[in-house]
Amino acid sequence: MEAAPQPVASQADISAQIARIAAEDHTPSQAHPRLNYPPYRSSFLRHPKNPLLTVDPANLERAAPCFGQRDVDPLDADLTAGHPGEPLGERIILSGRVLDESGRPLAGRLVEIWQANASGRYHHQLDQHPAPLDPNFTGFGRCLTGPDGSYRFLTIKPGPYPWRNHHNAWRPAHIHFSLFGTAFTQRLVTQMYFPGDPLFGLDPIFQSIVDPLARQRLIADYDHDLTEPEYATGYRWDIVLDRSR
Amino acid sequence: MSELACTPGQTVGPFFGMALPYPGDSALVDPADPGAVRLHGTVYDGAGGPVPDALIELWQPDAAGRIVRHPGSLCRDGSFTGWGRAATDANGHYGFSTVPPGSAGGPPFFAITVFARGLLNRLFTRAYLPDGDLDADPLFASLDAGRRATLLCVTDPTGYRFDIRLQGTDETCS
Repeated sequence: MEAAPQPVASQADISAQIARIAAEDHTPSQAHPRLNYPPYRSSFLRHPKNPLLTVDPANLERAAPCFGQRDVDPLDADLTAGHPGEPLGERIILSGRVLDESGRPLAGRLVEIWQANASGRYHHQLDQHPAPLDPNFTGFGRCLTGPDGSYRFLTIKPGPYPWRNHHNAWRPAHIHFSLFGTAFTQRLVTQMYFPGDPLFGLDPIFQSIVDPLARQRLIADYDHDLTEPEYATGYRWDIVLDRSR
Repeated sequence: MSELACTPGQTVGPFFGMALPYPGDSALVDPADPGAVRLHGTVYDGAGGPVPDALIELWQPDAAGRIVRHPGSLCRDGSFTGWGRAATDANGHYGFSTVPPGSAGGPPFFAITVFARGLLNRLFTRAYLPDGDLDADPLFASLDAGRRATLLCVTDPTGYRFDIRLQGTDETCS
């Protein structure tokens, strides 16, 4: 039996729950988040209770959809464009490579991103955070990876924002990523974080990945070689897609 | 070559609506096409309530069983790409306009990916056509009768219905 979630927990309650799960975790290191992670309240009714099936992929699942130049406009990778003015916030260049587990680049793959603005507000009707919308920022983009598996976006650094998981809950700043590999089972949706965020330890979504080394793989590196003088700071984040379910 | 550690997943969250859905996302074929069928259903949570903020992706062979490698899913020109995407509505309902998948080896199925707020990583499942040679399928054969039923499309007048239960009795196998 599992206890029903309490409607309003404190951060101390949530942090204690996070610490308890981490201390009790004796499973072999697992990259992916726990699907049943009680500190993240919304997972309570939305996680499968049966163990995931281990399946020998069918021909269909060994293949993946193809995207091409007709699908993606090169301007889609610039989230600062397309509006009358420049968005507010810290302009950043975000780049990295999409690889398979053997380190081979995954070329010509679709990468989609979305994010909050510099104030931590999404351009979405359900976001009720009383922070300003930016008329010059919508917050989504896409691109295809190059022959070396690389992607590159120009955007602004998103702000952290409050949510209603518990009292005084705040998400660390992040950018959502959606990725396709060359096999259906490589499909990945995840979130990229920024180094040194003080909210990491408090956030049940980030902490749902119980293996601390795996969590680190969601944090981009500041890269001064990617930074452009008088223009934008650079962050580098490589992504490795696995074939496991 | 040494194996690299994979990048963990995270929930799609509640705000993907401005980024992932796009015009024509769920129309793999024109609904007016004489060969078009619907694939549709409702996503339910563990309390039996609808999930209004899920995103379903579909990947399938064409009606002849060919796995197509044709770009254009984001900007459709009438060619069948085998891939589509549908967000659930306020009632937890999703729907695609497509063709019945042919066999690409084994009994035909729609390959489905499920994303939702509250779901910390994507789930993969299969929606088998009810009239395939299912006993020949290793996955299907490995399951008991109750769990098998969760992977079967139900034929309806518009095509196929495939409900997805994230948790609980009749939880969809993933």
